[in-house]
Amino acid sequence: MRDVYVAGIGITSFTRLEYPLVEIAAYPGLMAMRESGIKSIDQLYVANMGAARVNHQSGLASAVVDNLSLTPAGAETIENGPASGASAIKQGFLAVASGMHDTVMVIGAERMREVNNLEATDFVATLTHPMAEYIYGVTLPSLAGMFARLYMEKYGVTSRHLAMVAVKNHKHAMDNFYAHLHEEITLEGILDSPDASTNNPIVADPLRYYDMCPVSDGGACLILTTADLAKKTGKPMVRLAGVGQATDTHAVHDRKDPTDLLAVREAAKKSFAMAGVKPADVHVAELHDAFTILEIVESEEAGFFERGQGHVALQEGYTRIGGKLPINPSGGLKAKGHPVGATGVGQAHEIVLQLWSEAGKRQVKNAKVGFTCNFGGFGNNVVCLTFIREG
Amino acid sequence: MSGITARYWREIPRRYRGEAVKSVKTGKVYFPSRLVEPGNGNRKFKPVKLEYSGELLTFTIIRIAPRGFEKQGPYALGIIELDGGGRITTQIVDVPLEEVKIGMRVRVEFRKISDDGDEGIHLYGYKVVPER
Repeated sequence: MRDVYVAGIGITSFTRLEYPLVEIAAYPGLMAMRESGIKSIDQLYVANMGAARVNHQSGLASAVVDNLSLTPAGAETIENGPASGASAIKQGFLAVASGMHDTVMVIGAERMREVNNLEATDFVATLTHPMAEYIYGVTLPSLAGMFARLYMEKYGVTSRHLAMVAVKNHKHAMDNFYAHLHEEITLEGILDSPDASTNNPIVADPLRYYDMCPVSDGGACLILTTADLAKKTGKPMVRLAGVGQATDTHAVHDRKDPTDLLAVREAAKKSFAMAGVKPADVHVAELHDAFTILEIVESEEAGFFERGQGHVALQEGYTRIGGKLPINPSGGLKAKGHPVGATGVGQAHEIVLQLWSEAGKRQVKNAKVGFTCNFGGFGNNVVCLTFIREG
Repeated sequence: MSGITARYWREIPRRYRGEAVKSVKTGKVYFPSRLVEPGNGNRKFKPVKLEYSGELLTFTIIRIAPRGFEKQGPYALGIIELDGGGRITTQIVDVPLEEVKIGMRVRVEFRKISDDGDEGIHLYGYKVVPER
């Protein structure tokens, strides 16, 4: 296998965007080409979860490759639920590593705000088991609620710990121009004050409004290439060193222990093994905090902390910018936003920016090894990536 | 929730009669039924009826209900471990929400689940109530 490097990156704001889905996909692609000086693309992968359903458009990659005037390059749409983004990066990695293509563009794009929140939640709920879960009104927030209750009871995690994740990630997002929510929040405002139940109502007990990510539109891009071509961009050399993917049962109730995120554990392990690093070597991580509880549990399953210790590390400030292992410096899904199919590419965008030392006010000092966890379904399909800066 | 009309009649055996499968190899009960058993590749199963009693493993109280369930909120939704094996995910009803607890004993009952908005069909299936 050839080594695979990042040549360029691009992103849109994750927010409500008033332009067509193909352009949400195209702008980050143009940005990545402009900044890297790369003009020739052999293959395009477009990660997207809902275009056929939400935007009434299928075959998205064919539309995007034409919109970017990159024809006759190859183009494919990759759908793997909320892990579509990292899955598309995996395809790009394979294409370059195998020697089949030299330069691959990976774009993630989603336009969820075309529909109202009830419809968007219903669209995401189509991920659940159609016979065992969906017909009984199970949605992703309800799976997260059941997961959180059991986990909190087992490990002594409280609503206060969950709120700390939200406060931290909202604070991080204040310095991210592209983040969906530029709104600093406090424990007082969302938990302690008499107005907290109005500011932060319970949605799926024990989870509240501020335990959940917003519904976002957005796009992000990563151009992957060979060492020789990456050197010509003049950017620091960042290698996509580890790609790990793992799956788990479709229905959450089929897992022996419903608080066990086996797929996260396995995907992270594979990604680290391929990269030849250990969890303790990681300087910065972007985890899939669609719900605050997930950041805590993923930080354990990825191997950063012992089981049941993630909330302690959070409380001690270990995971904020300035701490020993900053998690979600971009603001995470919680505050940067969650345009489902684009999210995994957005996470990689942040890690590359951090490893290039171009993250501005939210820069993690001396970041050389970065990690992303992109979580599909309710943990039934997970893709973890490890990036290493060389030199 | 929408688009369930065709599923409605296709799923009568499992939703009306609680039909599951039991592995000939390990004796484990799977619901809904599976083609291949996890971990050992076994494909031999025999049909079995779920036992309609069990214990609540975990739950959530849905305060902001999804489409199709708007009029039912707030309600409790949980994962139930059935006594004869197998698990289901469904609503816990006929109980004050503050009395729903992990580990509580429940019984499975046949209830109306929702209306399919566009097609207007009533959807029936199982819910659980406290064992008394």
